[in-house]
Amino acid sequence: MKIREVARLMGAEVLCGEESLDLEVTRAFAADLMSDVLAMVQEEGVLLITGTVVPQVVRVAEVMSMGAILFVRGKRPSAATVNYAAEVGIPLLATDKIMFEACGILYSRGLLPAKRKALPRENGPRD
Amino acid sequence: MAPATKALYKQVFPVKSDLESAGKVSTEVRRILRSLGVEPEVVRRAGIVCFEGEMNIALYTKGGRIILIVRDDRVELLFSDRGPGIADIDLVKQPGYSTAPDWARELGFGAGMGIPNMEANSDRFVMYSRVGVGTVIRATIFRRCHETCGGNRAPGT
Repeated sequence: MKIREVARLMGAEVLCGEESLDLEVTRAFAADLMSDVLAMVQEEGVLLITGTVVPQVVRVAEVMSMGAILFVRGKRPSAATVNYAAEVGIPLLATDKIMFEACGILYSRGLLPAKRKALPRENGPRD
Repeated sequence: MAPATKALYKQVFPVKSDLESAGKVSTEVRRILRSLGVEPEVVRRAGIVCFEGEMNIALYTKGGRIILIVRDDRVELLFSDRGPGIADIDLVKQPGYSTAPDWARELGFGAGMGIPNMEANSDRFVMYSRVGVGTVIRATIFRRCHETCGGNRAPGT
């Protein structure tokens, strides 16, 4: 799904990355816990849906080669965070919708969930 | 253990006990690895390992440093800090075990996934700690460049 389409469906404000709106996000992962994003996302170009607005969210997205970030629940990151995202080329969107609604709409329009990587030792023997 | 090949690149990054700048070293390490032409999958894993290690130093220690060493056949990340140290390493390697304060959890971290995730993304992971002194970690990620680096294959691959 194109980032532009995500923004339209969410009625989202584009905080930065206007020039990248025609790029595609492959799948989506929704979490407020960055630890889970770091441990579970395995593909590149994934849309991160989150209500966490600390500067590290953009760094996590950068480290994980994610396609874009959608902030939910009316949360807005600081100007410094937006500037950093613009610098490293990660589009930021912000919607007033809650995470459940945002996910529901995007899923119903065909955006697929990210594949979840098994947690370390999840499939291993219990010790 | 196969002898390590010559270091192609080495850099030391200080890490402050400060959340504001946490993550900077990891993004810099990623840029360096990419510019050196390191394989994208290796860059990705090194980025995750470095970020988790950097967050640990920034969130829980009095500061420390990360050393990046790039070799023909592997990327090494060495983490060291100035304490407080970890009493039970087996415990912190368990997914979900965390000593994180509430403020770290409110930032979206501290779920007890950091060290297990570092280990999961490394081919070799060695960790030593002494309470009151500090913790050192060596994480190694092999570059599976069978054709281009003269058969320097990682053991077991």
